[in-house]
Amino acid sequence: MKMNRRSFLQLSALAGGGLALSVYRTPLAAAQGGPRPPDLTPQAFIKIAPDGIVTIMARASESGQGMRNMLPMLIAEELDVDWKDVRVEQAELNEKIYGPQFSGGSANTPMGWDPMRRVGAAGRQLLVTAAAQTWAVPEAECTTRSGRVLHAKSGRSAGYGELAGKAATLPAPALASVKLKDPKDYHIIGHSQKGVDTPAIVTGKPLFGIDVTVPGMLYATILRAPVYAEKVKSANVDEIKALPGVRHVLVIDGSITPAAFIAWEPGMESGVAIVADTWWQAQTARKQLKVEWEPGPAAAQSSELFAKRAADLLQAPPASTIRKYGDVDGTLKASAKTVEATYEFPFIAHITMEPQGATAHFKDGKLEMWSSSTLPVAGRGIIAKTLGIQESDITTHMVRGGGSFGRRLQNDYAVEAAWIAKRIDAPVKLLWSREDDVQHDPFRPGSTIGLKGGLDEQGKLTAWRHHLITYGDNKNTAAGGGMGPDSYPAGLAPVYGLYASAQPLIQRCGALRAPGDNAFCWVAQAFIDELAHEAGRDPLDFQLDLLSNKQMPWIGASVDDHEPTGQDALIPERYKGVLQLVAEKSGWAKRAKEPGRGMGIAAWFCHLGYFAEVADVSVDAAGKVTVNHVWAAGDVGSQIINPAAAESMGFGGVIEGMSHLGQQITISEGRVEQSNFHNHPVMRMKQTPKIEVYWRKTDYAPTGLGEPTLPPILPAVTNAIFAATGKRVRTLPLQKSGFSWA
Amino acid sequence: MPLKLTVNSVETTVDVAPDTPLLWVLRDVLNKVGTKYGCGMGLCGACTVLLDGKAVRSCMTRVGTLEGRSITTIEGLSPDGLHPVQVAWEALDVPQCGYCQAGQIMSAAALLSRTPNPTDADIDAAMSGNICRCGTYPRIRQAIHEAAGAGKAS
Repeated sequence: MKMNRRSFLQLSALAGGGLALSVYRTPLAAAQGGPRPPDLTPQAFIKIAPDGIVTIMARASESGQGMRNMLPMLIAEELDVDWKDVRVEQAELNEKIYGPQFSGGSANTPMGWDPMRRVGAAGRQLLVTAAAQTWAVPEAECTTRSGRVLHAKSGRSAGYGELAGKAATLPAPALASVKLKDPKDYHIIGHSQKGVDTPAIVTGKPLFGIDVTVPGMLYATILRAPVYAEKVKSANVDEIKALPGVRHVLVIDGSITPAAFIAWEPGMESGVAIVADTWWQAQTARKQLKVEWEPGPAAAQSSELFAKRAADLLQAPPASTIRKYGDVDGTLKASAKTVEATYEFPFIAHITMEPQGATAHFKDGKLEMWSSSTLPVAGRGIIAKTLGIQESDITTHMVRGGGSFGRRLQNDYAVEAAWIAKRIDAPVKLLWSREDDVQHDPFRPGSTIGLKGGLDEQGKLTAWRHHLITYGDNKNTAAGGGMGPDSYPAGLAPVYGLYASAQPLIQRCGALRAPGDNAFCWVAQAFIDELAHEAGRDPLDFQLDLLSNKQMPWIGASVDDHEPTGQDALIPERYKGVLQLVAEKSGWAKRAKEPGRGMGIAAWFCHLGYFAEVADVSVDAAGKVTVNHVWAAGDVGSQIINPAAAESMGFGGVIEGMSHLGQQITISEGRVEQSNFHNHPVMRMKQTPKIEVYWRKTDYAPTGLGEPTLPPILPAVTNAIFAATGKRVRTLPLQKSGFSWA
Repeated sequence: MPLKLTVNSVETTVDVAPDTPLLWVLRDVLNKVGTKYGCGMGLCGACTVLLDGKAVRSCMTRVGTLEGRSITTIEGLSPDGLHPVQVAWEALDVPQCGYCQAGQIMSAAALLSRTPNPTDADIDAAMSGNICRCGTYPRIRQAIHEAAGAGKAS
């Protein structure tokens, strides 16, 4: 159970055979024998047409995080062209020339910020050299502006389009050697640039995985085992084959071994694939399927069983110690006051707006894939292995995904599409139904957490004891279910003990936006609110006080981390900074105290970003909760690259976090009980509060926004519910604590 | 059985079972893929189209009932992509992943055609059947107000 905050990234890396993420490790990792990052060249990323139109390759996958804008904007800025002259093209999967091509862990900003700007600057340097050689003038006398090289002394100038031919023949300068702009000269970075796909989106052009059309394409659906890892024993294949439009019916034996821990990409689920002329015909035929399943051990699983086992484990001594310093039990016993609470949160599903799917065409031993995976390099590896072909025989087109939130880091749907394609003589588009998508999701695992906190006479924290009951075997924790030794408030609490015990789980889990943090933040920040209340102190002051404690050594520091900035360890000043900013913007100090209405505050550090959020909440007599207003304050370093998109990420994190408060996946006799938006709801327009997002700029290198915006809203809302009603929400979803959304 | 459909003012004949949902005829038969599948139960609004000017969920609309009716999809909302709602959506850069936005735009267009100057409460009532998993609601609300303003100006 040695999982630090990076556990999700490490899992992703393992899934890709250690390839996907190791390529962007620091030079330190390379020096220790890890793979060296590829030498990026401007030629790979930049194409300049004679008319000066610049095409920039977007290397990362896009499913709504704005990566097709953010990374090309970094290149365009240093290339020194106008954004209106830029066309963005999605790169195909080829990490040898593009470097890392995944979107996860809010990592594209920290890992792209420096190299992408240098790629652009190197391109500019080539164009300057080309001009200087043409004019026989010193390079130092040449400047650039808006896609032109200028030589002021002679009054000459040339557009990049005129120089591109010559520049292409020159050797690219070393990226480390190029000069970068002074940020005060930025005219693209820091200025909102509209989504490059927005015009296509608002006019309904084909864009998403589900929109891919290949001539002669057939459509597929799969009925998978309703109990995890069970296998098809028999099916009425011949009857289904005779139904209208049906071309193929294929039994998938599946390759998942039921065990106490199920790996990140555990193999194919068993089921029956139906391939037809249209998806509706395949789906209609599926209703006639009669399958007998070979019973498996997961049939004994239920939410009741999980809760019972968790309660037993909570009473028993912890199975492992993740971090401990000081005399935890002794200090608690000697404290003026101790506070004890049990928190519990459920499994939830990703429920991306576009259900999973992919398109594949297998012909003459080669596979062409259209996949919205956000970790396609891992998918290519698994597909090659599953089909028994070489990775070099696979072409992967990276197609826009209709949302991911971590879901598309796993490649199961692409593997299924490829598996079907190999068995038929036509291209095939696989689409999961919404019910498939909910019931076969790699869930965010639930947990039960036993907490004890001690307070001294002055109302200061003396000790923190945290017992996590999670899922897994003795070696591995379910994805997204582990806590690291630097889990807040480790290093800040004067005495600290973080322990874990795990129960078996025959179920695939995955990374949901801000994995781990999306729920563990709720637990820690809600308990801090409880402690502050018990101490008779303002929760903001209580936490600022805690952040002023002398820090204990930080165990999870950035030895093998991806960013070379040393920003992996919590920096109390940044944490305090966002708390103080959100308090100021929300009027925290002067908040009204009235029955049925209250404000809650919380903050979190994850994925290198700091966010504090305040929620203003009303609760009616029936326990119906309305979030009226949310203030968010973030610190992701020195530069917000695309401000309007960054604000949208803030809105999105808040709204998604609110959705998490009301969702649950439950299991009965091994079967998932939820299936669609009616019983796994997400926030709607009428439930959306007014949201304000503020930035605190600091001198640190810019970091990502996909994830850190989300976690604080959960405790901000439940702390506000307490302020409004005097009742603690210690069990999610809200309805299990007597509340529900208005 | 051949059925006559009028999609975006063009009459077309399709040969499908009459109980096929309009959504799948649009997507897989007529190759108009702008209309999206989200739930198949009328819960999310991703498949919203206009039927005689009113917003309907095409995943729940059987195609056999549609002869003689006028169907408008996102591809046909305006000839040039410049419907005031589309213009406002682009100006405010509403989309994140973008998958639900065709449905959002069709619902917003239907709202503005009957309520040219909607209040926030009108927007809540008309738009709460359309889910956006990314949380673009604040921008959608702003864009509808902006489109309404543009409608007044013209």
